[in-house]
Amino acid sequence: MEAKLNTEGIEAMNREFPYLNEGDVVEVQRGPDPGGTGGAYRIFGATLKGLRTTLARVFEGPMTIQYPEEKTPVYPRFRGRHKLHRFEDEGSETMGLEKCVGCSLCAAACPADCIRVVAAENDLDNRVSAGERYAEVYEINLSRCIFCGYCEVACPFDAITMGHEYEMSDYNRSDLIFTKEMLLAEPIDRAPLRREGE
Amino acid sequence: MSLIAEVGFAEASWVMVVKSIVIFAVVFGIVPILTVVERKLIGRFQNRYGPNRVGPVGLLQPLADIGKLAGKEHFRPDNAVGLLYVIGPALVIFSGIITLAIIPFGNVEDGVGFYGIDVSIGILYFFAFSSFAFYGLLLAGWSSGSKYSFLGAMRSAAQLISYEISMGLALLGAVMMAGSLSLTAVVESQGEIWNVAPQIVAFLIFMVAGFAETNRTPFDLPEADAELVQGYMTEYGGTRFGSFLLAEYLEIFVVSGIAVTFFLGGWMGPGPAWLDPIWMLAKILSLVVFFIWVRATLPRLRYDQLMSFGWKVMLPLATLNVLVTAVLVTVL
Repeated sequence: MEAKLNTEGIEAMNREFPYLNEGDVVEVQRGPDPGGTGGAYRIFGATLKGLRTTLARVFEGPMTIQYPEEKTPVYPRFRGRHKLHRFEDEGSETMGLEKCVGCSLCAAACPADCIRVVAAENDLDNRVSAGERYAEVYEINLSRCIFCGYCEVACPFDAITMGHEYEMSDYNRSDLIFTKEMLLAEPIDRAPLRREGE
Repeated sequence: MSLIAEVGFAEASWVMVVKSIVIFAVVFGIVPILTVVERKLIGRFQNRYGPNRVGPVGLLQPLADIGKLAGKEHFRPDNAVGLLYVIGPALVIFSGIITLAIIPFGNVEDGVGFYGIDVSIGILYFFAFSSFAFYGLLLAGWSSGSKYSFLGAMRSAAQLISYEISMGLALLGAVMMAGSLSLTAVVESQGEIWNVAPQIVAFLIFMVAGFAETNRTPFDLPEADAELVQGYMTEYGGTRFGSFLLAEYLEIFVVSGIAVTFFLGGWMGPGPAWLDPIWMLAKILSLVVFFIWVRATLPRLRYDQLMSFGWKVMLPLATLNVLVTAVLVTVL
C-alpha cells in the first residue's frame, strides 16, 4: 500500500522546524484504534489470515530430523571427534605408516590440556611412523576436549584433524579417553555431510 | 410431566440399554483417537511430526498415556475439600456423556432411532447439561485449595456468563426456522438448504461460543497453562486429571455435533440411508479438525477481551440475528 503523505502536516512541520529537510519528515502510519464493533470485524479478517498461515505449514511438511535414525548433517569444516591419519599414497614407501611423529606440539597447543603424547624411537626394521620417532602413547581425553581445533593447526604433518563424528556420549569418564588405536580407526558410522546450500 | 413427550414412537427397553452401552463405547473409543489426532495435527501445523514412536505412526500413544495416568497415585492436597475434590472430575465427565446422548446420528429406521434419546426440549437439555460441566470445574477449582485452581474456576465462571447467552440465542434462529426444539426435527427442517447459509451469523457466533464452552484456545482462560498452570486441574493427577482431559475432548465432539445438527444439515448427505451416521461422523470430525486448526493458530485472549467480546459484539449480533429471523419466519 502506498503511504499517503499528509502535505498539510508537512507544511506545518516546515513552518515550525525550518531546519529540517523535507525527506526527514516521516509520517507514521497508524492502524485504527482497537476495540469496538469495527475491531471485531478486523479480528475476523486477521483470524482468517492466521488460519491460512498455519495451513500453509501443513503443506510445507515436517522439517524434523528423526534423530537416531537420521543424523543431522554437518558442514565440511565441522569440528567433531579427532582423527589420526596414516599415509595413504599407494606404492610409496611410506604407505600405511602413521603420520604422527610424536612431537607433542598438539599437546602444547591444547588449551584444555587433554592430549597426552609419549614419543619413542622408531625401530628401523619395523617402522611405525615416517619420521625418526613415533607416538608410543597418544591419548585424547574427550571429556576435557573443547573441540577448538588448535591441535590440527599445530600439527606440522597434518597427522591429527578434527573429524565429523559428534556422537561421543558414554557411560564412564574413563571410556572417553580415546587411545591411538581408536583415533586411527575409521568411525563406525559416518556423520552425513551437509549438501551445497543446505 | 414426562421429559420424553412427543417422541412419536416408543422403543423397547432393551434397545435403550444397548444404546446407552453404544454411547459409552463411542465416547471411550473416540476420545483417545481425538487426543492423538490433535497432537499429530498440531505437529503438522508447526512443521513437525507429532507423536510417532508408540505403535504404528504413533497411533498407540493414547494407550501409553492412559496407562501412565492410570498408574499414578491418587494424590490429594492437604487443604482440599474431600468429597467435592473427588466429585469435580466426575461431574465434568457426566455432563459430557449425557449431552452426547441427544446428538442424532440418523433418523428412525426399523423402529430404532440413531440417537440416545430424542427429548422434546431438545436443545434446552443440551444447555442444561453442558453448563453442568462448569459446576464440575468450579467445584474442582474451589475445592483444590490452591490459588491457581481458584483463579481458574473464577475465570470459568466469568467466561460462562459472557458467552452462554449468545450461544443460546445463536441456536434460537435455527429453532424458529424448524418450529421445534427437537434435534431430529431441526435436522429434517434443513432438507432444502442447510442452516449454515441463512444462519451464517448464528453459525459463526455458535462456533466462537463453542470454543469458549469447550475451554479451547483462544478462550482457554480457565486452563491457561502459561499463567495458571492448567487452572482448575492444577492439583489433580492420575485418572482424575485424565478424566478432565477426556471430558474436554468429549465436549469438543459434542459441540461439533450440535453445530453440525443445527447448521450443517446433520446426518443429511447423498447416498442411501445407511450412510447417514457416516455422514454425520464425517461432518463432526471435520469440525473437530477445525477446532484443532484454530488451536494451532490463535493465541489466548486476555480475560477482559473475552468478556467485552462476548457482551459487546456477540450478544448484540446474536440478538439482532434472532429478531431478523423471527420477522422473516413470520412474514414468509
